[in-house]
Amino acid sequence: MTSFTDSLIELLGGLAWVPENAAGIIFVTVSVLVALPVFLFMTLNAMVAVYMERKVSAFMQDRLGPMEVGIFGFKGGKRFWGGIGQTVADAVKLLGKEDTIPGEADRALFIIGPFILFGAAFATFIGIPIGYGLVISDFNIGIFFVIAISSIGVIGVILAGWASNNKWSLYGAMRSAAQMISYELPVGMSLLLVVMVVGSLQFHDIVMWQEQHRWFLFHSPFTALAFLIFFASGVAEVNRTPFDIPEAESELVAGYMTEYSGFRWSIFFLSEYANMAIIALMSAIIFLGGWLSPLGGLFRTFNLEQSWYFLEGPWWGVFWISIKAIALIFVMMWVRWTWPRLRPDQLMYVAWKVFIPFALANIFFVGIWELLLG
Amino acid sequence: MNAADILSTLPELVLTVTALGLLLLEVMGKPPRARFVWVALGGVGLALGLEFAVPSEGQFYAGMISVDLFTRFFNVLFLTTAAGSLLISVPYLRRTLEERGEYYALTLFATVGMMFMAKAHDLTITFLGLELLSVSLYILVAFYRNRVRSNEAGLKYLLLGAFSTGFFLFGIALIYGSTGTTHYDGIRLAIGSGEQLSMALTVTGFGLLIIGFAFKVALVPFHMYAPDVYEGAPTPITAFVSTGPKVAGFAAFLKVIATAFAFTTQHWWGILWILAAITMTVGNITALRQDNLKRMLAFSGVAHAGYLAIAIMVGSADSAFALLFYLAAYAITTLGAFGIVSLIEGEDESGLDMDSYRGLARRSPYLAGVFALIMLSLAGFPPTAGFLGKFFIFSAAIDEGYTWLVIIAVVNSLISVYYYLRPVVAMYMQEPADESAVAVPAFIVPVLLLVVLVALGLGLFPMSLVKNSIAAAGSLF
Amino acid sequence: MTASLFYLFAVGLLGASLFVVLNPNPMYSVVALVFGFANLAAIYFLLEAYFIGALQVLVYAGAIMVLFLFVVMLLNVQSDADHPSLPRVFRIGSWWFGALALVFIGLFLLLVGRSALALLAPSEVPPTQIGSVSQVGEALFTRYLLPFELASLLLTVALIGTVFLAKKKI
Repeated sequence: MTSFTDSLIELLGGLAWVPENAAGIIFVTVSVLVALPVFLFMTLNAMVAVYMERKVSAFMQDRLGPMEVGIFGFKGGKRFWGGIGQTVADAVKLLGKEDTIPGEADRALFIIGPFILFGAAFATFIGIPIGYGLVISDFNIGIFFVIAISSIGVIGVILAGWASNNKWSLYGAMRSAAQMISYELPVGMSLLLVVMVVGSLQFHDIVMWQEQHRWFLFHSPFTALAFLIFFASGVAEVNRTPFDIPEAESELVAGYMTEYSGFRWSIFFLSEYANMAIIALMSAIIFLGGWLSPLGGLFRTFNLEQSWYFLEGPWWGVFWISIKAIALIFVMMWVRWTWPRLRPDQLMYVAWKVFIPFALANIFFVGIWELLLG
Repeated sequence: MNAADILSTLPELVLTVTALGLLLLEVMGKPPRARFVWVALGGVGLALGLEFAVPSEGQFYAGMISVDLFTRFFNVLFLTTAAGSLLISVPYLRRTLEERGEYYALTLFATVGMMFMAKAHDLTITFLGLELLSVSLYILVAFYRNRVRSNEAGLKYLLLGAFSTGFFLFGIALIYGSTGTTHYDGIRLAIGSGEQLSMALTVTGFGLLIIGFAFKVALVPFHMYAPDVYEGAPTPITAFVSTGPKVAGFAAFLKVIATAFAFTTQHWWGILWILAAITMTVGNITALRQDNLKRMLAFSGVAHAGYLAIAIMVGSADSAFALLFYLAAYAITTLGAFGIVSLIEGEDESGLDMDSYRGLARRSPYLAGVFALIMLSLAGFPPTAGFLGKFFIFSAAIDEGYTWLVIIAVVNSLISVYYYLRPVVAMYMQEPADESAVAVPAFIVPVLLLVVLVALGLGLFPMSLVKNSIAAAGSLF
Repeated sequence: MTASLFYLFAVGLLGASLFVVLNPNPMYSVVALVFGFANLAAIYFLLEAYFIGALQVLVYAGAIMVLFLFVVMLLNVQSDADHPSLPRVFRIGSWWFGALALVFIGLFLLLVGRSALALLAPSEVPPTQIGSVSQVGEALFTRYLLPFELASLLLTVALIGTVFLAKKKI
C-alpha cells in the first residue's frame, strides 16, 4: 500500500535536480506538502460545516438562518443558498477581532491550550484514508494511532480551562476531562470488536474485509450495536449535544472557551468541527464500508478497467466516503437540535453503566457469532 | 503453558481463588463475616498441603519462576506467617468491629506476592511479586479508615514505598539495558561471558536493586518509614508487615544475588558491609529509647535486618543456610510478640507502653512466660532459636574473614539485651496496676504454641530446621 | 537522517524531563511531562515500533497525564514559588538539584554512550517486526503470560484498595 507521503518521497527523490543525500530537505518539503492539504481540509470543513449547522438548525426550528451575505453578489434562494458567504465573513471577522488574554490568566498555558487541541485533531488526519491508497501515512496500526493521538486533545481543553482562571472555564474543563476519558473506553471497545473480526488494525484491511463480506453495520446485530455505541460515544468525545455539558451555554457561558476570543477561539472552533469530521469519517470507514459504493457490484457486469467502473473507481471512493461522512455529520446536527442536554451524572451513568458493559458483552458475543457463523 | 506450569503454582492459585472468593462473599447481601477467617485459613491450609502433595522442581512458565527446595522452604514459612497473622487478627478485628472480607483477602494477596518473590526466576516476576505484596500492605496498614494514625502510616508507607519501587524498577531497567535480559540465568551468563554492554551499567543497576530491597527490609538509612508505619498500623498488621516483607525481601535478595549475579558483583560488598553495620547500630541504639512497645519492636526489626544483611553479604553456602534459619526463627517469634502486644493493647491504641506490662507475670503467668521467651529469643539468649540463628550467621561470617563486622554485631547484641529485658523486668519485678488476668482468645493459642515450639523447641532440638535450611540453601548453589 | 531525528527527540525528551523536575509550577510540570512522552513516542516511531509508540501516547500522555492534570486542578495546587514562607534554600534547592541532575545525565551518557551507538546500528531483526501488535501480543501470551496475569492481580488489588479506602460508605 503506497501512501501519499511515500509517493511524494519517491517523486522528490527521483527528480533530477534534487541532490543526493538530501534526506533532510526532502523530509522538510514533504512535511510541508503533507501538512498543507490537511490544514486546507480542516479549514474548509469548518466553514462548510458551520454553514450547514446553521442552515440545518434553521430548518429544524422553521427559521431561515443566515441569508444576507452572498459571494460576489450571488445570494441564491432563501432556503438553501441565501447567506452562502456568511462563514467567510465570519472567518474574516474572527481573524480581525482583538485577541484578549485575561490579566489573571496563565499566559503560557492559555496560549498553548488551543494549539494542543488543534494539533491532536490535525495529527489524527494523518492516519485516516479517504479512498483506496489516499492516506497521508499508512501506519500498520491505523485505528490505534487515530485513537491514541486524538486522546491528546483533552489535555488542550483542560489547560485552556485551567489557564483562563475563570470558574466557568474550570468547570467546563473538568467536565470535559471526565467525559472524554470516560467515553474513550466505549469507543476503543467497540472498535476492538471490528479489529477482532478483521484481524488487522489497518483501515485498508477493514474496508477490504467489508468489500469481501458486507458492511459491518449489517454484519451482525452486535456489530450494529457497536456502531451505535461508537457513534454515540464519538459524539460525546467531541462534546456535542446531548453530551455538551463541558460548554453548556445555559450553565457555563461557554465552558472552557469562555475567555477565548478572536483567532484562538476560532482554533477551538476549527478543532471541534475537525473532530466531528474525524468521528464521521471513522464511522464511515469502519462500519459503513468506507469508500465502497453502496450500489456494491451493481455495475460490475460491465467488462471495464477496474478504475473506470461506474461509481466504483478510486476517485468515486472519495465521493462515497464524503457522502457517508456528511450524512453522519447531518445526523449529529439533527441530534443536536432535537435532544436536550444530559446532566453530568447521567452522562457518567451512560458511559460507565450502559455503554461500557454493552461494549464488553458485545466483544464476547461477536466472538461467539464469528465462531458459529463466521 | 501446560499442566506442569499450573501445578507449579498451585498453592498460589489456591490462595488467589480463596481471596477472590472472599471478596465475592463480602459483596453478598448479608456477608457471613464470622466464617471468613475459616475460609481464609482453609485456603492457606490447602495451599500448605498442596505444597507437599504436589511437589514440582525446575523452571516453569517459560523460565519465569523456578521451584525447588528453597522456594518450598519459604512458601511454608510464608504460609505459616500468613496463618499466624490471620489468627492474631481475628480477636482484634472483632473487638474493633472491623472484620471484613477485604482484610483476609488482602492478607492472602500479600502472601501470594511473597510466594512469587521467592519463586521468581526473572526480575519481572520479582518486581510484580514485590508490588503485589507492597500494595496489599499499603491498604492493610491504612485499613482502619477512621483512625488518623492508620491513615498517616498508610500514606507514609505508600509514598516512600513508591519511591523505593522507582529505584528498584530503574535498577531492573539498567540491568536489562546492559545484559539484554531480565532472566536470572541470562543475567548470570551475560556477566560470566562478558557479553554485557557495560559492567558499569550492570553494577549501577545492581546498586539500585540493593536500594529497593533495603527499603523493603528496612535497612538504615532506608528504614525511616518503619517506626511510624509499625506504630500507626493496626497491631496484627504490624505483625504481618514486620515479618512478611522482611522474609520475602531477604529471600528474593538472596536468590537474586546467588542466582543472577552468582556473588560476582563485589563492587557493592563494601557498601553492604557499611549498611549492615549502621543498620544494627542505629536499630539497637534507637530501640533503647523507645517506650512504646510497637516502636521498640520496629527498631528491633531494623536491627535484625542488620544481622541478616551480614548473612547476605558473606555469601557462602553456610551463611545462606544461617539466613534461612534466622528468618524462620525471627518471623515466628516477632509474629508472636505482636500477637501478645495486640492482646495487652486497650481501646484507642492505649496500653502500648512499658507500664502496661507491669506485673503481667502475676496477672497471666503463661502469657508472660511466652512473652519473656520471645524477648529472650530476639535478644539471642541460649538455648533459644534466636541464639542459634545469630550463632550460625556470626560463625559463617568469621569463616569468611569478616571478624570486625562480627565484633560490631556481638556488641550490638549485647546492647539489645537491655531493651529486650525491659518488658521482662516490668512483667516479673513490678507491681501490676490491676490484678485481672488478660483474656487470651482461643484464636491466639495456636500461635503462642507455635512460638514456644519454634523459640524453645528449635533452640533445644534444631536439627530438623537446620537440615531443611541446608537443603533449601543448597538448591541455590 | 534517522540519527539526527533521534537526537532531536532525545534532546526534547531530556529537556522536558529536566523541566518537569526543575519547574516549581506543577501544572507546567505536567505539560512538560506530556511533551516528554510525546518525544519518547516519536523515538519509538523512529524505530518503527508504531504500536508501542501509540501505546505510549494513549496510555501515558492521553490517559494518565489527564488524570494528573485533573488532580492538580482539583487540588488547586499553588506553585511553590507562591509560597514565600518556604525557606530560601529550598527555592534555590531546585537549581542545585538541577545541576546534580545534569551531572548525573552527563555521567549516564558517558556510561551508555557506547550502548546508544550500538542501538543506532542496524539490528538483525527487521525493524517492522519489533513491537508490532502481533509480536507484542504473542510475547504477552506465551513468554510473559505469568507476569501478565500477576500484573492483572496487582491491578485488582490496587482497585480494591482505592475503593475501600476512598469510598465514603462501604
